[in-house]
Amino acid sequence: MNEALLRSLTPSVLGILVRRGAGFAAAEDAVQDALVEAVRVWPAAEPRDPKGWLVTVAWRKFLDVARADAARRRREDLVDEEPAPEAAHAADDTLQLYFLCAHPSLTPSSAVALTLRAVGGLTTRQIAQAYLVPEATMAQRISRAKRTVSGVRFDQPGDVATVLRVLYLVFNEGYSGEVDVAAEAIRLTRQLSAAFDHPEVAGLLALMLLHHARRAARTAPDGSLVPLAEQDRGRWDTELIAEGVEILQAALARDRLGEFQAQAAIAALHADAPTAEETDWVQIVEWYDELAHLTDSPVVRLNRAVAVGEADGPRAGLAALMVLDDSLPRYAAVSAYLHERDGDPATAARLYAEAAQQAPNLAERDHLTRQAARLNARRR
Amino acid sequence: MAKYLLLKHYRGAPAAVNDVPMDQWTPQEISAHVQYMQDFAARLEGTGEFVDGQALAPEGTYVRYDGEGRPPVTDGPFAETKDLIAGWMVIDVDSYERAIELAGELSAAPGAGGKPIHEWLEVRPFLAAPPTITE
Repeated sequence: MNEALLRSLTPSVLGILVRRGAGFAAAEDAVQDALVEAVRVWPAAEPRDPKGWLVTVAWRKFLDVARADAARRRREDLVDEEPAPEAAHAADDTLQLYFLCAHPSLTPSSAVALTLRAVGGLTTRQIAQAYLVPEATMAQRISRAKRTVSGVRFDQPGDVATVLRVLYLVFNEGYSGEVDVAAEAIRLTRQLSAAFDHPEVAGLLALMLLHHARRAARTAPDGSLVPLAEQDRGRWDTELIAEGVEILQAALARDRLGEFQAQAAIAALHADAPTAEETDWVQIVEWYDELAHLTDSPVVRLNRAVAVGEADGPRAGLAALMVLDDSLPRYAAVSAYLHERDGDPATAARLYAEAAQQAPNLAERDHLTRQAARLNARRR
Repeated sequence: MAKYLLLKHYRGAPAAVNDVPMDQWTPQEISAHVQYMQDFAARLEGTGEFVDGQALAPEGTYVRYDGEGRPPVTDGPFAETKDLIAGWMVIDVDSYERAIELAGELSAAPGAGGKPIHEWLEVRPFLAAPPTITE
């Protein structure tokens, strides 16, 4: 059975139910039930019109529940009406769903969970597995999120920036179990990009593709992190890189720069270098300047200091670093790297060890500890 | 989205404000305490923030490898061990501030006299998965 097809139909089926007058929360439950049924029934006989099948089954599930509710409440109301004919709203519906699931009233973790379920068509269990929480907890997180947005009108225009932040989070954080969460983020961003023509949507898609292209080279067989400079560039996915670059160039040509396009431009410059030594650091620094201008993020200025160190030498990098707040995450790691380049292994080793203490994840901590150990061993 | 461990100590944490040992509470006070902990976990499940909660027996055994072909050496329990873990709760929350807020609520569990224990809980962040985008 084609699970990718099944999941790609989720947002438009949900959109149709909502347009027919079903409340978002009830419609979403009904679509989930229909997806579960499809997984059960389709392997034996895939319907000729998969979307029509899903709409019919989901609508029936919705009516069953709504009738039971109505009976329970002794209330006769609207749900028995024949559905209104469907207009060609598929693209709009998909877009509205993204807006709703990333609504600013939701916390980031709720928006992520709701997006993966209502737009992505993942099951609660798959989402729970991706974020390493019990299924019951994830079920509650999703139903609370649905309650939070239940009063939001479905046709209200939203801010695409909030949607992009949620998709970025899905791509960047999450474990992969049964479902490849990063690939899912790319699929959802592609789908958004088809429904909504916007240079930053394209920028985010390009950014994801360019990073995803390096995935195989990013981890050693033992699970340890391989830094960009040491990656086997022969293992980068050139097709993904070509696609990412093409999407980015088309977006940049529209002259409406945003942070995702700028980040993607940096990733593209790395992807473009046949070896680490041939990286165009001068251009990368320029893009970091743009990015700092667009976001004013201290993390960007920290990364900029690394790029300055490569473009103009470690002293210049250290000077760029000195004006930043030393309590920033990864400050010590960047400082260690620049000190090593500057020929001061003793300070670098001390700073690497300090950075390892502050590392927010295990892979990074192990990597930094190894750096400290490497320098200490050389000095003995 | 980040996971935190809320760690409860039998020994090793600074003294609680309402520092009466549990065996000197009334049975009703113990029931009220247990109920509070269960309600707290249920409430966090309801908010989509609960991951795990476990209690540990106080008596532990130290174990170490003793060389090829030999059984491991065991020792203890050591009455003088300074730090003794009583149990934990793991939460998955949107911010560090939220983790602190919840730990504060957990520390308000009732003890002797039905008053909050004000015990010290240790909040420790999990080391997460590395992010994909770093440069």
